[in-house]
Amino acid sequence: MLEYRVLPAGDTALIVEFDDRIDRELNAAVLALAHGLDAERIPGIIETVPTFRSLMVHYEPLVLSASALIACIDGRMRNLTTNTSVGHLWHLPVCYDPSLAIDLDEVARRTSFSAQQIVERHSAPTYHVYMLGFLPGQAYMGEVAAELALDRLETPRTRIPAGSLAIAATMSCVFPLQTPCGWHVIGRCPVPLWDHGRATALLAPGDKVRFVPVSVREYERLASGVSQGALRFEPVGEVVGAAA
Amino acid sequence: MTAALRVISPGLSTTLQDLGRAGFQRLGVAVGGALDPISLRAANSLVGNPVDSGALEALYVGPSFVVEADDARLSFVGADAEIEIFADMDAQSSEAISPMRSIRLQRGQVVRVGSLKNGAILYIAVEGGFAVEPVLGSVSTDSRGQMGGWQGRALASSDVLPLRSLEATDRDEYRIEGLDFAPLRRVRVIPGPQSDYFSQTEIERFFAGEYTVSAGSNRMGMRLEGSPIRHSRGFNIISEAIATGSVQVPGSGQPIVLLADHQTTGGYPKIATVISADLPAMGRLPIGAKISFVPATLEEAVAARRKLATDLETIGDKMVRISLPSAVVATRLLECNLISGVCNGAA
Repeated sequence: MLEYRVLPAGDTALIVEFDDRIDRELNAAVLALAHGLDAERIPGIIETVPTFRSLMVHYEPLVLSASALIACIDGRMRNLTTNTSVGHLWHLPVCYDPSLAIDLDEVARRTSFSAQQIVERHSAPTYHVYMLGFLPGQAYMGEVAAELALDRLETPRTRIPAGSLAIAATMSCVFPLQTPCGWHVIGRCPVPLWDHGRATALLAPGDKVRFVPVSVREYERLASGVSQGALRFEPVGEVVGAAA
Repeated sequence: MTAALRVISPGLSTTLQDLGRAGFQRLGVAVGGALDPISLRAANSLVGNPVDSGALEALYVGPSFVVEADDARLSFVGADAEIEIFADMDAQSSEAISPMRSIRLQRGQVVRVGSLKNGAILYIAVEGGFAVEPVLGSVSTDSRGQMGGWQGRALASSDVLPLRSLEATDRDEYRIEGLDFAPLRRVRVIPGPQSDYFSQTEIERFFAGEYTVSAGSNRMGMRLEGSPIRHSRGFNIISEAIATGSVQVPGSGQPIVLLADHQTTGGYPKIATVISADLPAMGRLPIGAKISFVPATLEEAVAARRKLATDLETIGDKMVRISLPSAVVATRLLECNLISGVCNGAA
């Protein structure tokens, strides 16, 4: 059985934590436990929130005691089957033009790569969606190539535009809304990751993402299609096998 | 005819809030909702609304607005505040009322709420509620997520907030008595989840210290100032989900208690979590309030939660009919209205 520990987070939530590293296998275990508990519809569980290597379970202690909940989790963990190849595969267009990527030059300076080399290195991997958090629909995607891994800005920006693609350490995020941000903005994605009208997120934990570089002109065409409601984005397929 | 409140001045930060939108944190959506759900329920009870209806939550400085409905019943619950009722926009004199009561107001009357005292929050509920579409099951304003409430933001001057009821029902006014709003001084917490990021000495320092609510506080978090807490293993953890009431300790060592609008995930170690029964009183604390933390067991926390739930079920028993009917106030104001001859026919 995969090792885990249960940490208290007050009287209405607890954390099931697997180890102390960012790892796709651990993340798959988190998602498997979340799906299992969600599917069981246990009275008293309010919601589960999967993150990189831990699962928060929010519960109503007047309905379900912490000890009963921990027993449920223990039972699930004994028979946990994890699958790293679940989810959808997405191709997300990204414009890396400096006009939409305020930090591209600075990242180039810090990494000693040209802008073109950064685009090539950033758009090469198939990213894994570890979790959603911070803002509605915001997906944390890894891993950014080690040679592009940078610490966060010392002074966060008060505001970056919605759709900004930014990197920090080994993670990439597309920020779905205008927000303060301490990450390095290297592009802009025209695809809305959060649909205000339907209140749904495009990406889900476990999905895989490839970033497809597009020109400013193509970005503008897509962005205007989105604003007119004329474009729908669908996954290019299911994740099959042990995706990279 | 429509019914609305037209905002003259929004106050410092006034938002529409109900009990929040649980169930979507996995999508990155904050739960949000009233910082003090006890006062919200009381405010709704006073106007006969379901207790989980949306109401205005004013922080520190209240709003001013005009009633643009034939008549409307409002209630005010929370901090001490001077609430002035003017006969119309041009009236020079006003009637002052205290919070913790309902009142029936006529078209054109102006309500001006001043600075709040002895508390951070005042709720203003309207009989029938605000005509705002819920987002993900809630009308709470999510300012970070830019959704819910009134256009996903705090109120601004000239906003016109539509009401569901065109007029108030014919009934007496009530006040609510016996709510315990004594300032919270000893905040009960359950240690963890990251107790192992702090030495025993630092945990003792946390429980021994006195902390002051500082001016950087908002609906996302209450920033505290006091004896800084040192980390023994750095101050970055792998981002994980956050529970409301988490006491996170960033690099500065000054704790932040995460409140209703906190982001869903974050990467600072949390030394303890405020028990759920103490969160409403926590939300009421104004800048400058002094608190200390005391450890509680899970059993104590659940018992306190059960007691709070029972108290909330019987909150209606605390309502007392106002003996001098507000009609007296209303009549006097109506006389002012006739004297000035102003009829505000907007909306």
